[in-house]
Amino acid sequence: MSKRTILISLVCLAILAGSAFAQGELRFCLRSEPKTFDPMKVEDDASVAIRYLTGGTLVRMNRQTQALEAELAEAWKVSKDSKQITFKLRSGISFSDGTPFSAEDVAYTVQQLMDPALHSPTGDAFRSGPGKVETKIISPTQISLTFPAPIAALDRQFDQVAILSSHSPKKEMAVLGPFMVAEYKAGTSVVLKRNANYWKADAQGHKLPYLDSIKLDIQPNRDVEMLRFTRNEIDLINSLDSDYFDKLASSSPQLVHDAGPSLDSEQMWFNQVAKAPLPGYKKEWFRSATFRRAISTAINRADLSRVVFRGHAKPAAGPVSPANKYWFNAKLTPPAYTPDGALKALQAEGFHLEKGTLKDKYDNPVVFSILTNSGNKYRERMATMIQEDLQKIGIQVNVVTLDFPSLIERVTQTFNYEAILLGLTNVGLDPNEEMNVWLSSSENHQWNPQQKAPETAWEAEIDRLMRLQAATSDLKKRKEAFDRVQEIVVEQSPFIYLVNRNALSAVSSSVHGANPVILVPQTYWNMDRLSVN
Amino acid sequence: MRIWRRLACALLLLVLVVSLAANWLAPAGYAKQYREAAGASPSRQHWLGTDDIGRDRFARLLYGTRISLLLAPAAALVSTSMAALIGGVAGYLGGRWQSGAMAVTDLFLSLPWLFLLITVRALMPLNVTPLVSVLVTFLILALLGWTTAARVLCASAASLRQADFLRQARAAGIGRVRLFCIHILPNLKPALFAQFWISIPAFILSEANLGILGLGVAEPLPSWGSLLKELEGLVSVGDEPWKFVPLVLLVAVVTSFQLVLSNQEELAG
Repeated sequence: MSKRTILISLVCLAILAGSAFAQGELRFCLRSEPKTFDPMKVEDDASVAIRYLTGGTLVRMNRQTQALEAELAEAWKVSKDSKQITFKLRSGISFSDGTPFSAEDVAYTVQQLMDPALHSPTGDAFRSGPGKVETKIISPTQISLTFPAPIAALDRQFDQVAILSSHSPKKEMAVLGPFMVAEYKAGTSVVLKRNANYWKADAQGHKLPYLDSIKLDIQPNRDVEMLRFTRNEIDLINSLDSDYFDKLASSSPQLVHDAGPSLDSEQMWFNQVAKAPLPGYKKEWFRSATFRRAISTAINRADLSRVVFRGHAKPAAGPVSPANKYWFNAKLTPPAYTPDGALKALQAEGFHLEKGTLKDKYDNPVVFSILTNSGNKYRERMATMIQEDLQKIGIQVNVVTLDFPSLIERVTQTFNYEAILLGLTNVGLDPNEEMNVWLSSSENHQWNPQQKAPETAWEAEIDRLMRLQAATSDLKKRKEAFDRVQEIVVEQSPFIYLVNRNALSAVSSSVHGANPVILVPQTYWNMDRLSVN
Repeated sequence: MRIWRRLACALLLLVLVVSLAANWLAPAGYAKQYREAAGASPSRQHWLGTDDIGRDRFARLLYGTRISLLLAPAAALVSTSMAALIGGVAGYLGGRWQSGAMAVTDLFLSLPWLFLLITVRALMPLNVTPLVSVLVTFLILALLGWTTAARVLCASAASLRQADFLRQARAAGIGRVRLFCIHILPNLKPALFAQFWISIPAFILSEANLGILGLGVAEPLPSWGSLLKELEGLVSVGDEPWKFVPLVLLVAVVTSFQLVLSNQEELAG
């Protein structure tokens, strides 16, 4: 063997060794067009997915353990007053275009995040009070950020903050995450390529990510997504429908994953808005906690889970899903299905049964409508089952399906509705992310929004507890306060929580390293360690 | 063709009679939820299986067919009457009346039907019983569905305006209203009948479209639209061909109406 042949062989071996773990292209669907690639402007799910795959963050919540882990910051410290956080950054890291990463980039990112002109949705979590954020670069690898007011779970908020380069001419397209945007065809697809400068390596020292590229097809139709999966044209499906899950499970059980109850909940609520265009006697029913609790206990949640979701849901205990390991109040259990008990409670309140029809103390028959969005088969089925459950205690329910914009208009503007059945998709774990739901002054306090002052004592107490937990960094105190909020919500039932849907997903057998979890993004939370045959 | 027409008539009659006998053929009703047997395959107890929340699919098909077969002709009657009144009178009077009526008709024809139906449905009061919801749905279809028929009837009435027998009647001093009722309307009968017959399958299909979108008849009342919703998940339907029965019946009924109509047109011709 000549020296030249040996040299060529060595070069080939070196190239092969370098790319031995760079494996294949992963394909899955985005269900809508990404509205932006700028991580500061991200709001929609598709853009969030791309930010997750391309953005480098200082810390990241492990989607499996729900613990916060070091990423670009190797250590961090939050001050006692929850106003200041100091990061110690890793050194020797570069953006995808080769520009080096330093504390200046973190300062630049925070400045962009808090820029009122940009109004970053990600920055909302950091706008705890008036005033400017102070950034202090202690050294190229150390930075301190001081916020004008305390921010609960300050370190966890940085899970969503993708660091931008302050020097790169490529602006937001220079990234620190495992992949970078290589191609975008509007309405068709986004292709992400491996970031050769990604800083992570596996335990054996092989550079991550393993994948060469990711092809994200824009496909809003879930039937088509499912068909493409069965034809091996895509490799993953997140948030799989329970119907499709069972269909796939019957033929290929190894491809589907049920990770248990997710953070998402399905719930109904009654209109408690004082100025709502409803008859006075109906407002009286809806504002009665006894009435709401009776309705809650007359609904067979176990049947909803078993029939509507084919067993891929669990009866909900309260506002927090058990999937939220830390913040779930373990004392709470799903309300027992007791139609007789519900009827007795209503009778004690002055209601009475007359020829099978429940009537109130003024002799008005108890009739109300449940509104839900048309096209959502699960909610339509749930409403129809609730209709039959409540019929058993003499209540007539009219199920009304409306297109989503009309429904939202009724909820937020005209308040012309009686009861609504909708779902809530939760992404974050921290109670602070639900402030806009629980504070009585909030727009999203759906049963009675934008109150000038709390109209009930229990809403005032929820306001107090939510503010209390937001103002302290003492985790135990926060937990105690939020546990009590959950108890009040269950006692008063402004929201009647029905079920928590399970996190269902499908992963092709050609994908290695996938370990689907309940938190978003279920199947590809560890994307840098996935590979495809 | 005659044999096909007879078959079509027989099929329509059979479907109508069977649907009217729903109370005897499916005594448990369309709303009862057999929750322990949700999504069951066909069996002796449930001939077409049960739907996703355990309701007997055969019972729902019978009651849904009854609703469509009774209310679609009723809606067709309303819309054809409106068409006769608006189109027929405009055509008979001619001039500005005809231009004005046709402008209104054009305006209605240019409206996007589906969005209009969705909007009208959204404006309806919420607390209506399922029975009222089905009546209102077909009434909306009738109130929006008179336009095409009105154009045809307007043209037919206009063609009669200068007819000799009308001139003679006018010369004899017969009033306009009487002229219209005694001389115009009877001559519009074939066109009216054809328009009425055309409208029935059109309204059946329109309700089915609304039902598929979840905007038609309120639960738990069934209609062909709500039954066809089961077909929306293409992937899950493949192994459950019995879910296609409502679709097959819909196609058969609509085709039968068309076949019977062609027979009527020949007779009229």
